[in-house]
Amino acid sequence: MSKRFVSIWFRQLKTDWLVRRQPSLKEAPFVLVLPDHGRMVITAANEAAKRQGVYNGMVLADARAIITGLQYFDDEPGRAELLLTGLAEWCIRYTPAAATDVPDGLLLEVTGCAHLWGGEERYLTDIAKRLHHIGYDISIAIADTVGAAWALARFGKKINIVEPSRQSDALLSLSPTALRLEATVIERLEKLGLRQIHQFIAMPRTALRRRFGLELLNQLDKALGLQEETIQPIHPIVPYQERLPCLEPIVTATGIEIAMQHLLDKLCNRLQHEQKGLRLAVLKCYRVDGKMISVDIGTLRPSCNSKHLFKLFEEKIATIEPALAIELFILEATATEELSPVQKNLFGHKGALDDIELAELLDRIAGKIGAQHIHRFTPDEHYWPERSYKKAALNETIATGWKISNPRPLHVLPRPQLIDVTAPVPDYPPMNFRYMGNLHTIIKADGPERIEQEWWLQQGRHRDYYIVEDEGGKRYWLFRSGHYDVEKTYKWFLHGFFA
Amino acid sequence: MTATKADIIARLQKDIFPLQGFKTALNNIALDKAIGPIKNAFPGNHFPVGVMHEFISDSKETAAVTTGFVAGVLAQLMQQGGVMIWIGACKNIFPPAYQSFGIAPDKIIFVDLQKEKQICWAMEEALKCEGLVAVIGEMQELSFNASRRLQLAVEQSKVTGFIIRNNPRSLNTTACVTRWQITSLRSQLPEGMPGVGFPRWKVTLLKVRNGKPGSWDMEFAAGRFRQVNAIPAIPLQVQQKTG
Repeated sequence: MSKRFVSIWFRQLKTDWLVRRQPSLKEAPFVLVLPDHGRMVITAANEAAKRQGVYNGMVLADARAIITGLQYFDDEPGRAELLLTGLAEWCIRYTPAAATDVPDGLLLEVTGCAHLWGGEERYLTDIAKRLHHIGYDISIAIADTVGAAWALARFGKKINIVEPSRQSDALLSLSPTALRLEATVIERLEKLGLRQIHQFIAMPRTALRRRFGLELLNQLDKALGLQEETIQPIHPIVPYQERLPCLEPIVTATGIEIAMQHLLDKLCNRLQHEQKGLRLAVLKCYRVDGKMISVDIGTLRPSCNSKHLFKLFEEKIATIEPALAIELFILEATATEELSPVQKNLFGHKGALDDIELAELLDRIAGKIGAQHIHRFTPDEHYWPERSYKKAALNETIATGWKISNPRPLHVLPRPQLIDVTAPVPDYPPMNFRYMGNLHTIIKADGPERIEQEWWLQQGRHRDYYIVEDEGGKRYWLFRSGHYDVEKTYKWFLHGFFA
Repeated sequence: MTATKADIIARLQKDIFPLQGFKTALNNIALDKAIGPIKNAFPGNHFPVGVMHEFISDSKETAAVTTGFVAGVLAQLMQQGGVMIWIGACKNIFPPAYQSFGIAPDKIIFVDLQKEKQICWAMEEALKCEGLVAVIGEMQELSFNASRRLQLAVEQSKVTGFIIRNNPRSLNTTACVTRWQITSLRSQLPEGMPGVGFPRWKVTLLKVRNGKPGSWDMEFAAGRFRQVNAIPAIPLQVQQKTG
């Protein structure tokens, strides 16, 4: 199916906008001006001013000499773009793919939209009528290509319909300006007396390229549909989206649940059909009062299980405030991935880390409490105890094995705690130590195990670790930071508890 | 006549156990072997799997000891592979140490939570997930209602749940099948050997549904539990010699 594009040309975009804001200006001649090299230059003149000989680019002083009492207003650079963006948003009602065409137009891709209005003629008439009602003077064209629609909107009638694949016929009688060419190329064509497209369209392409450059051929091809041209919609189209307009606005949680279920079923059906899984999804609720509330969910691995996704959304229902009521639900899958089918174990063995049920459980926990609370640890190649393991993602495989050459305590203190010890013999474990106000007499001890600082990471003293057991059988991990010396600069710390 | 009566009672008991959460189909032979004489305290002489176990600890040292005992049990459960979840304020955990108990630390997923309400919710969700081997929760208080919910969840999913309660304010009634208290004992080495020996614990089974509570002195070495004799008190002169 060939694409269809609509081009809308606003003849007097800026002045029409000003008239909308100040209706009293409707009949009077006025201009918009911008300072340029110390002069005020006219950037837009309204119809009444143009009729008396004022044109864009004229110096304001000259124009005021022609029309006494000419009103002028300050223009603003970038205003046209702003206005067009607003108008493109407005055009979303006609097609999801609307783009601005700076400085004075809009481009819409309307493939498969026009029949909803009962045909292209009615579609265009409706757009034109509504824009006219708002106060804009426009002409509009529909064609198979962006180039042809653009040309017909500027150089045709008020409403132009080019039948599918008839764009070359429509273009033939137009001037080369309609091809969106640079001024120098147009001037050269003009000089050679080529004032209409049909005069050169049949010329050999090599000759055209030699005389007028590649630009002319490209633009010609784009207008004729030999070269693809796309538009940049203001809202990029989300490929996986489901809409649910509600006839009766929704205010209750049950209503929202039903809407979610409905949308998820539709979306998941489609995803499953295309072997895709959802990673991120957003539910947008459009309220009657014009506000939009959105809730989003994420999954650990691609999923198209509507039951699971519904559970994730269910947690967030409380955050949706319907206020007056919600009239439209839109569910978008903002990130999707290829779904790899996982074979399930039928017997016995419990699942590994790639188990779907586990992933769904972690999704629920992450959705309710936050993904930052879920950790998994893999070994890191460091001897320093605090650095011997690192946080890792769930699907990460371990590169190096866990070292078990030396015993390590099951519990450690987040920060080693300074303790008082009695240690009369150098490089021997202490006789006793005081921790939390209790005196622990050491009966048995192992050590020392010296762990040096990793100088490329951190400077400081080494640690001599001892495993000690007190009279109650409690086992501790103590260390002395630094060498024994006469000034007693070393310190003793308690670092962990053995089982 | 009396023999038939005993048979009837035994059969009835067998019928009742599954209703009370003991599932004989789940028995883990490796675990029964490793746990040693403790298994005789339970109905059917099997360490109950797929139920809730509750552990009480009163200090940082006993918390580590309790974790050690739980890790020793878990190592047997994890032998077939699988994943477990550890829920609680995990700021004291030192993952590499689990390797020495026979658990690959990268097969544990830690969920770092502070509030008891959140821990209970996360535990219940996790216990419903059949893809897990075990769920361990660390919390201070556990109400009867919360424990009932957890026990009902494991009866559905057959996941084994462990709750380690640090410094509970009161030892209230819970719906857990067992209640344990593990304290440390002095290790013992052959005469004249220096250093610290294998971990030894006093394992006290405070409560067990339909079983016989008891107390054992156990040593954990090479992945299994071994009953040991009580150690004589330290002679005073040895105490002075050390260091």
